[in-house]
Amino acid sequence: MYDEEVIYDSRRLVPPEEHTRPTTERPWVRRTLIGIAVVFMGLVLVLPLLLVFVEAFRKGAETYFAAFSDRNSQSAITLTLLVAAIAVPLNLVFGVAAAWCVAKYEFWGKSFLITLIDLPFSVSPVVSGMVYVLLFGAQSALGPILKANHIEIIFAVPGIVLATIFVTFPFIARELIPLMEDQGSVDEEAALSLGATGWQTFTRVTLPNIKWGLLYGVLLCNARAMGEFGAVSVVSGHIRGKTTTMPLDIEILYNEYNFTAAFAIASLLAMLALVTLVFKTILEFRFGDELAGTRRH
Amino acid sequence: MDIRVDTVRKEFSLYPALNDVSLEVKSSELIALLGPSGSGKTTLLRLIAGLELPTAGRIFFGDEDASGKTVQERNVGFVFQAYALFRNMTVLDNISFGLKVRPRSTRPPNAEIRRRAMELLDLVQLTGLEKRFPQQLSGGQRQRVALARALAIEPRVLLLDEPFGALDAQVRKELRKWLREIHDRTGHTTVFVTHDQEEALELADRLVVMSQGKIEQVGTPDEVYDRPNSPFVFSFIGESSSIPVAVENRELWSGGRAIGLPAPADAPGEATLFFRPHDVELVEDGVGAALAGVVAASRRVGGTRRVELEVGGNPNRVEIDLPFDHPAGERTRIAFRPKRWRVFPGKV
Amino acid sequence: MKPSVIPGFGLTFGYTILYLSLLVLIPIAGLFLKAATTPWPQIVRIATAPRTINALEISFGSSLIAALVNVLFGVIVAWVLVRYKFPGRRILDAIVDLPFALPTAVAGIALSTLYAPKGWIGSLFSDKGPLWQWWHAQTWLPFGLEQFSLNFKIAYTPTGIVIALIFVGLPFIVRTVQPVLEEFEQELEEAAATLGANRWQTIAKVILPRLTPALLTGFALAFARAVGEYGSVIFIAGNLPNISEIAPVLIVIKLEEFDQAGAAVIAGIMLIISFAMLLVVNLIQAWARRRFGNV
Repeated sequence: MYDEEVIYDSRRLVPPEEHTRPTTERPWVRRTLIGIAVVFMGLVLVLPLLLVFVEAFRKGAETYFAAFSDRNSQSAITLTLLVAAIAVPLNLVFGVAAAWCVAKYEFWGKSFLITLIDLPFSVSPVVSGMVYVLLFGAQSALGPILKANHIEIIFAVPGIVLATIFVTFPFIARELIPLMEDQGSVDEEAALSLGATGWQTFTRVTLPNIKWGLLYGVLLCNARAMGEFGAVSVVSGHIRGKTTTMPLDIEILYNEYNFTAAFAIASLLAMLALVTLVFKTILEFRFGDELAGTRRH
Repeated sequence: MDIRVDTVRKEFSLYPALNDVSLEVKSSELIALLGPSGSGKTTLLRLIAGLELPTAGRIFFGDEDASGKTVQERNVGFVFQAYALFRNMTVLDNISFGLKVRPRSTRPPNAEIRRRAMELLDLVQLTGLEKRFPQQLSGGQRQRVALARALAIEPRVLLLDEPFGALDAQVRKELRKWLREIHDRTGHTTVFVTHDQEEALELADRLVVMSQGKIEQVGTPDEVYDRPNSPFVFSFIGESSSIPVAVENRELWSGGRAIGLPAPADAPGEATLFFRPHDVELVEDGVGAALAGVVAASRRVGGTRRVELEVGGNPNRVEIDLPFDHPAGERTRIAFRPKRWRVFPGKV
Repeated sequence: MKPSVIPGFGLTFGYTILYLSLLVLIPIAGLFLKAATTPWPQIVRIATAPRTINALEISFGSSLIAALVNVLFGVIVAWVLVRYKFPGRRILDAIVDLPFALPTAVAGIALSTLYAPKGWIGSLFSDKGPLWQWWHAQTWLPFGLEQFSLNFKIAYTPTGIVIALIFVGLPFIVRTVQPVLEEFEQELEEAAATLGANRWQTIAKVILPRLTPALLTGFALAFARAVGEYGSVIFIAGNLPNISEIAPVLIVIKLEEFDQAGAAVIAGIMLIISFAMLLVVNLIQAWARRRFGNV
């Protein structure tokens, strides 16, 4: 909507006699607003990010890297990668299947289904974890049966995986649904009319159409899966070296006043966040048209 | 209030949108800026309103130099192409907006604002719809609200950007007549932009034909239609046919034959003959000098028959109109002479 | 289902329902079962316990304040990002999403360190911080001005909770307002200007009303997220019962005490209040959409 001429360019000098355009503000107002935005974002967003790295390296690179040689921290990193490696592919398959049936068909109860998919966004992560404790915990109806069969879910890895899946499953579906709804079914119908099977249609027509949106969703899903704290915290039991993921490890280290180690682990997750943001920005910049969900979460 | 545009130039970052344009609009005149898209007509209108600032040149309202004034100070009524009605306000609030935002010292009392807005609603024949929101109105009704809103501030001039562009043909014709009536009643100096020549010819006192950031011709509809001063104006306004000719011995020649038309100037060389397809007389082929061609296509359009002729191996066919039941429509070869025509030097 | 030539409905629909049932429906049903099998007097006792009420008040109160602060600054940030060109705009735009990408625990310890009495920002407000220590040394000042100081704790107080929730909620406001501003018809502003409105009148009467539905959506999203937020809050809040203990922390404490009924009841109350708020916002939006068209 706003072409290049209309957007105010602070680098271009505005002659003093030229009066303000009717659709923008006076220069001092513009500068003040830009200043407020930059300072606010600096204080709220940039400073905490900066602090993570400063604190991580406060005692030098040696102490920083020593944090990763700790056995418990290493197992936390391994567990985080393992959980993401299970949760993300499962949610990928779910996301594609859910988006396919929501976007390509009209059926009764569709909006209810969409609401259900959105549910984890509106539920506290603590509650997300709690539902599994209520279902599989020692006090639950299933508890004794699980115990008798030596199946551990709560305070064990399966519980962590379940909680992570719960918290992250909407990301890919939410990205794909609007995208596939926008694209409609014309391409698929054309492929089918040319004799392609359903599977061929999906892999050769649909998948190429949605690949960037899919990647975008996977990025967000992965960032959240590796960083999830509340839900995982409730089901994990905080057994060091066994059921602590990186965020939980950070909490333990921080509460033990081992700040440098806590921020060292945190710096890894912060870098993951930065990489995610960079990829996200590149995707939005390069393939903005192929990402229906840009600017939405 | 008359408007004077004095050698105004407008450059966007790379290309000039308006190239040293000068124009005078007389008080109470209804004037149309007509041209294809990209001709600079909307830019000129926006410059007059103060929505754009000229790169060079001045704009006068009466004797007053308005160039340095902001759009708010210029007090112009502007009707936007898509109406730009405020959808969070009722029709009445839309119309009274301009009065309500005035500084306290010049703002009429609320009752007076309401009275004036209702009066304007009456003028635009929308009485009773004051509580509606813009989305609840038809396109034609929105257009009238937009006009009433612009008139409410008692503007010095009224500027309309493609006022009927978004309406369907039937409504457009009705509103055209109605705008003319309003103009005659209120007497505002009015400038409107259009790309629809029929609209411009029917509505305007004078036309300003623009192309590529320049004014091609200014004149009454009759002047512009009957005496176009450039190939562009000839082909842009009304139907036209053209054929390359040669000027020699104060006569026009095509394909080595004189075609029975005197050359207006005696500069010999290549030229192009323009005429209106319906403004021709048929002559007996082989009798006297005329343009003659083989019928390449012929189709009936309503009450006339449009015939495409290949004249003397020219790649572009020449079109003429005949009454649909004219016997010549059956022939394979037709000879004709334009009754009115213009010759422009050079190949077009 | 309406007939369609596209194959795969049965497969994808079945899989989606199965996945959702196993992961979502059954566990959520378990929660409601737990709450429903708790006897009424016990529910009432848990719900009316001062600690529960305080935790809910702190949660909803600080979420409300944080969301309101974010509405104000979120609009400014979105406005600046859409309307002005300045060096670093793209970077600023990308950074808005940081709270979505940065794990909450990382944000939590960073904010806590930043706003602690010895932290970069916390020390500016602490009497013992370098800024005020320096100030107290300026004995040449008249009227004993040098004795003046700010002694204002942010971390480990409700203020700290609000700070963490501002961090978490900012992108929701910016990202809902931004597209509306981008698609805002410039003609409307021009129309207001030709009618004599000054810039401030145009913003207040023409632009802001059009942003209201998006602002409500962003507010609701930020608020809902803030009410449930856990990771970024617990480090900075200090979690003192009745003072800086938010409802999710109380749930976790109840779980750790094996008081599942207590946890389920508090979770249920939170869900009901959140849903009621979302419902109200949705109703307002539906009303606005009917009235002002699809905005």
